[in-house]
Amino acid sequence: MSLSELEFQAQTLGAAPAQAIEGRSQWRLTWARLRRDKMAVASMIVIIVIAILALLAPVFASLLHHGPNQVFPNSGLSSTGGPVSPGTNGFYFGTDELGRDLLVRVLYGARISLFVGITTTAIATVAGVAVGLISGFFGGLVDAVLARFIDTVLAFPFLVLALSLAVVFGPSLTIVIAVISFFSWAAISRIVRGQALSLKENQYIEAARSLGASPWRIMFIDILPNIMAPVLVLATLSIPAAIVFEATLSFLGLGVQPPTASWGNILAGAQSYYQIAWWYLVFPAGALLITTLAFNLLGDGVRDALDPRTERIFAARKKRRRRIWAGGPAAVGIESLVAPSTDGPEEA
Amino acid sequence: MAMTRFLIRRILSGIVVLWIVGTCAFFLFFARNPDIVARSLAGRAATGAIINEVKRNLGLTQPIMVQYWQFLDRTVHLNFGLSYYNGGIPVSSILDRDIPRTASVVVGGVVLWTIVGISVGVLSATRARTLFDRFSTVGVLAGISMPTFVLGELLLAYIYVPLNTHGIGWITTGYVGLSQGIVPWAGAMILPWITLATVQAAVYTRLSRGSLLDTLGEDYIRTARAKGLTERRIIYRHAMRAALTPVVSQFGIDVGAFLGGVLVVESVFGIGGLGEDAVTAVSNGDLPTIIAFVLIASAFVVAANIIVDMLYAVLDPRVRIT
Repeated sequence: MSLSELEFQAQTLGAAPAQAIEGRSQWRLTWARLRRDKMAVASMIVIIVIAILALLAPVFASLLHHGPNQVFPNSGLSSTGGPVSPGTNGFYFGTDELGRDLLVRVLYGARISLFVGITTTAIATVAGVAVGLISGFFGGLVDAVLARFIDTVLAFPFLVLALSLAVVFGPSLTIVIAVISFFSWAAISRIVRGQALSLKENQYIEAARSLGASPWRIMFIDILPNIMAPVLVLATLSIPAAIVFEATLSFLGLGVQPPTASWGNILAGAQSYYQIAWWYLVFPAGALLITTLAFNLLGDGVRDALDPRTERIFAARKKRRRRIWAGGPAAVGIESLVAPSTDGPEEA
Repeated sequence: MAMTRFLIRRILSGIVVLWIVGTCAFFLFFARNPDIVARSLAGRAATGAIINEVKRNLGLTQPIMVQYWQFLDRTVHLNFGLSYYNGGIPVSSILDRDIPRTASVVVGGVVLWTIVGISVGVLSATRARTLFDRFSTVGVLAGISMPTFVLGELLLAYIYVPLNTHGIGWITTGYVGLSQGIVPWAGAMILPWITLATVQAAVYTRLSRGSLLDTLGEDYIRTARAKGLTERRIIYRHAMRAALTPVVSQFGIDVGAFLGGVLVVESVFGIGGLGEDAVTAVSNGDLPTIIAFVLIASAFVVAANIIVDMLYAVLDPRVRIT
């Protein structure tokens, strides 16, 4: 490009309307897209409500004067000794077979579920990103060993091994968190490794290296920010998976131990009573389902919001609607040629 | 021949994996104090002498390397020893009883899950953004969010119980052998199959939908359309082949998770197969039974992965088996 051309460009740029184009970071764009997604916003609200309810569980317990493990043999059990139905004697969700308040127990179960979901995801994400980056970036023997290890962990019948670990060390919340973290990092590692493998071939990495950047600096300062998007999606989606995992372990009697309430062990107790007490099964199952569904929906929303194509799909859809409304068949034809073919067969 | 060499290599490396797994399981369980195992076996009122005798009978007093060597020797001959529980019957007789039960669950579940998962995925990809697609997307999310045991319990409470109270008794729980007829067998298995398949199929529906949509945007599909091929031929001949590759690789990853699902389903429906007995064995500390179960599960995973790798080559001619 010659100098005069550059000057010409500078002039035309200067002459352009003064309407400033606001520079927005990728994260701000993502947040703007996420806020427009009604399902994602709704699930975020649901998650916040559940988190508040879980945090306030002791408050509810003291307001109702029902402790989570407190037994009410008189008011909490029917004349035949069975659980009482929702709404009787101030038990809004009814009681279980020992006459404990199911509402308070479900609220305390939410504490365990959210705690396990978030801590294991945090541990698994840090470990997964570190292993994946090291494996993908260094390559060679390190990669061969680590990649093999990742594949092995991924393909393992993990519930069987988780059960064995829970028995060897005795079931406890710490063991549950350790086991779930151990089996969750590999999925994140696999994605991070793949991304690191392709990113490290880029020229800007070569430039960083020629400037004398250390491998660690390249890994964590140059590569890591570029793979945060898929990591964020995976992390959001691994929270519900961890919640389900904890519930399953507790259901099988190898996770959180009674009398401490966890959705899994409440549902294990419900197994022999659902025929006479529907509430015993429906409320904890509903709480578990709503929570996992909300996190999964949010994860999907985050995935869509992080995808820069989403913006264009939104725009294209809006524009197309306007043009069709204006009744311009030619415009529609051009539109379908220009629009990114994300709709697959319809557009092609 | 390339195929034979591939098989030999994979089977050898599979045996190494099994050896490592068996060794890990053996030492992991030996980390438990043998006194605890012996005490729980001898009963609450047992004296020290009885506990010691139990320990001697089970071979727990020998040095650990001797026990390890005996364990390897037995296992190679497919002799998994005697169970510490169940009156000390051989582990192989437990396996004989359990394998048909677990096989019934696994085979039906896999068939149902693959057919439903992939066909719903293909239908909603070819009908993207229609009502069907939206419904299946919602269904997939519900399926992914649903823990296996919750679905099992809900099916028991809201399908099995109402049907049986209204006198429709062909759906049963527990296990009915195939020797008693196909219908009673399927009646006992149908709810476990649905439970297992629903949770797994959701992942495959989503995966095959996304992958088929991506493939349909490729240039060679446009070429096929330009040649004037029928839509059916384009989708099932040209697009499906490429679209199924990620589905197959996911299958290899999911085998382990699938076995976990089998374990839960067997416990919920009281089928008494390998999975349910594994939970019992683990909570009893029944070492020989646990190791046998862990080895069988790992062998299943290894075999499934070999099959997956061969399927790759069948689906994608660019992949060479080496």
